[in-house]
Amino acid sequence: MNATVSQIPRAKSAPPAFSGNVPLIPADSVAGRALVVVIAIMTFLACLTAGAAMLVSKASQDWRAEVLQDVTIQVKPYANDDVEAVVAKAATVASQTRGVAGVQPYSKSESERLLEPWLGAGLDLSLLPVPRIIVVHMKESGPDALARLRRALARDVPAANLDDHRIWAARLGVMAQAIVALAAALLALVIVALAMAIGFATRGAMAGSKEIVEILHFVGATDAFIAKEFQAHFRRLGFRGAFIGVSVAFAFFLTASALSSWWANSPGGEEIAAMFGAFSLDGWGYVALAAVGAAVSLLTGYLSRAIVLKDLQKLQ
Amino acid sequence: MIALLQFENVGLRYGIGPEVVRDLNFSIAPRSFQFLTGPSGAGKTTLLRLMLLSLRPTRGTIRIFGQDAAELRKDQLTELRRRIGMVFQDFRLLDHLTTYENVALPLRAMGRAEESYRSEVVELLKWVGLGDRMAASPLVLSGGEKQRAAIARALIVRPELLLADEPTGNVDPSLARRLLRLFVELHRLGTAVVIATHDLHLMEQFGFARRLVVGDGRVAIYDGAFA
Repeated sequence: MNATVSQIPRAKSAPPAFSGNVPLIPADSVAGRALVVVIAIMTFLACLTAGAAMLVSKASQDWRAEVLQDVTIQVKPYANDDVEAVVAKAATVASQTRGVAGVQPYSKSESERLLEPWLGAGLDLSLLPVPRIIVVHMKESGPDALARLRRALARDVPAANLDDHRIWAARLGVMAQAIVALAAALLALVIVALAMAIGFATRGAMAGSKEIVEILHFVGATDAFIAKEFQAHFRRLGFRGAFIGVSVAFAFFLTASALSSWWANSPGGEEIAAMFGAFSLDGWGYVALAAVGAAVSLLTGYLSRAIVLKDLQKLQ
Repeated sequence: MIALLQFENVGLRYGIGPEVVRDLNFSIAPRSFQFLTGPSGAGKTTLLRLMLLSLRPTRGTIRIFGQDAAELRKDQLTELRRRIGMVFQDFRLLDHLTTYENVALPLRAMGRAEESYRSEVVELLKWVGLGDRMAASPLVLSGGEKQRAAIARALIVRPELLLADEPTGNVDPSLARRLLRLFVELHRLGTAVVIATHDLHLMEQFGFARRLVVGDGRVAIYDGAFA
């Protein structure tokens, strides 16, 4: 201490354990840990909502593709017609139409059996004009093949009606879109709630770090520098919370996928599978969940930076 | 020569209360050395805060480095503060940083990379006798060590003006004299120094220094023997 600046030899190298990048906002605090938990829960809910929306959307596409792949020809039994001949003719016309993969005419007894769930078994339906059904499997579900089939039937078998299930499929599509829109709204609500939690936490951290902010100002730090420090602090918290939330969401969907495979053969499992498909996300689904986590982490950092900058400007 | 600080009819009141300081007219010249003294509670710290512009006067004009403080934008104020070193009475070190990181803080706040200032900080810490305490937290430093760390933080940017609030208030007389010699050495290197203290014995040892005596809200100026 008695030496002058000019007499002190310049340091060759710094001792270890020094860091120029140590966080200026203390990393660990009760409020910080609480925010990590809140972000983890919010991220999990956001992932759950996004995952459910993706499952429903995918299941809806599968339903519609399946439904539109099969169309039905109905032959009504008029008194003067030989129904068996009309069914055979319609099946022949259908099978010869381009774009049709296969034809499966239902016999009279098979058609009657379709009514059993509503009318019960063991009834004599011979006096009832039960329509006959021909299921047609299409190679393609586009409108061209269906139009060709419709024209061919109208020309050669006028007694046959073609039901392409499009109205039902359209309603299904609307329902799926409504569920996806609802999920998007829920996701937006979760993000708004998260943003508010980050806002409260940032202002709390600023109040708790008032001394640090003051010292930084006195040593010549700009508002942007201080805001960047808060941003880094909250981005770290955001990353930790988002990582936990996304990890739990991954575990949830992987477990759900494994359980749905396990239950697939049970009656309940079939219903769930019909509703949500295999209840498993594909690779892009997991990428989307990871993207939700990354977005939460970045949002946390940028939002806190914006709040800090705004509040520091008020300090002027 | 433009004064580093110039007070013209400066007064300050808190809210609607009476003026705590009034009719302040003095300047701090470059390369000058002065004590700011007066009884406890006379307003020394308030005056230092006015010099640092952490308080704004309710009347009068403060010129800092030739600029009217009332017209400074925030970014200009930040630039000017980088030319001032401040040693606080209560040190105001950040407990979660090491001594090295605390001293390096002003350089880091300027946006400099750690590699570019590492040797400077190490050199200065050795100069103030904290060469073996660089990795220690302020929580485990003694009062004198904290004081020297706070002084090193103020000096690291080689300020044109150094403001020190009771820098010897927490140390024994021997260390107080050593710290004062540190300020004198800094003054010799070209920095204007303002030291707030009520230790008359200490001031007598540095008789060349100018004295700003605060009392009854006003400042009386006594030029030093060799000023």
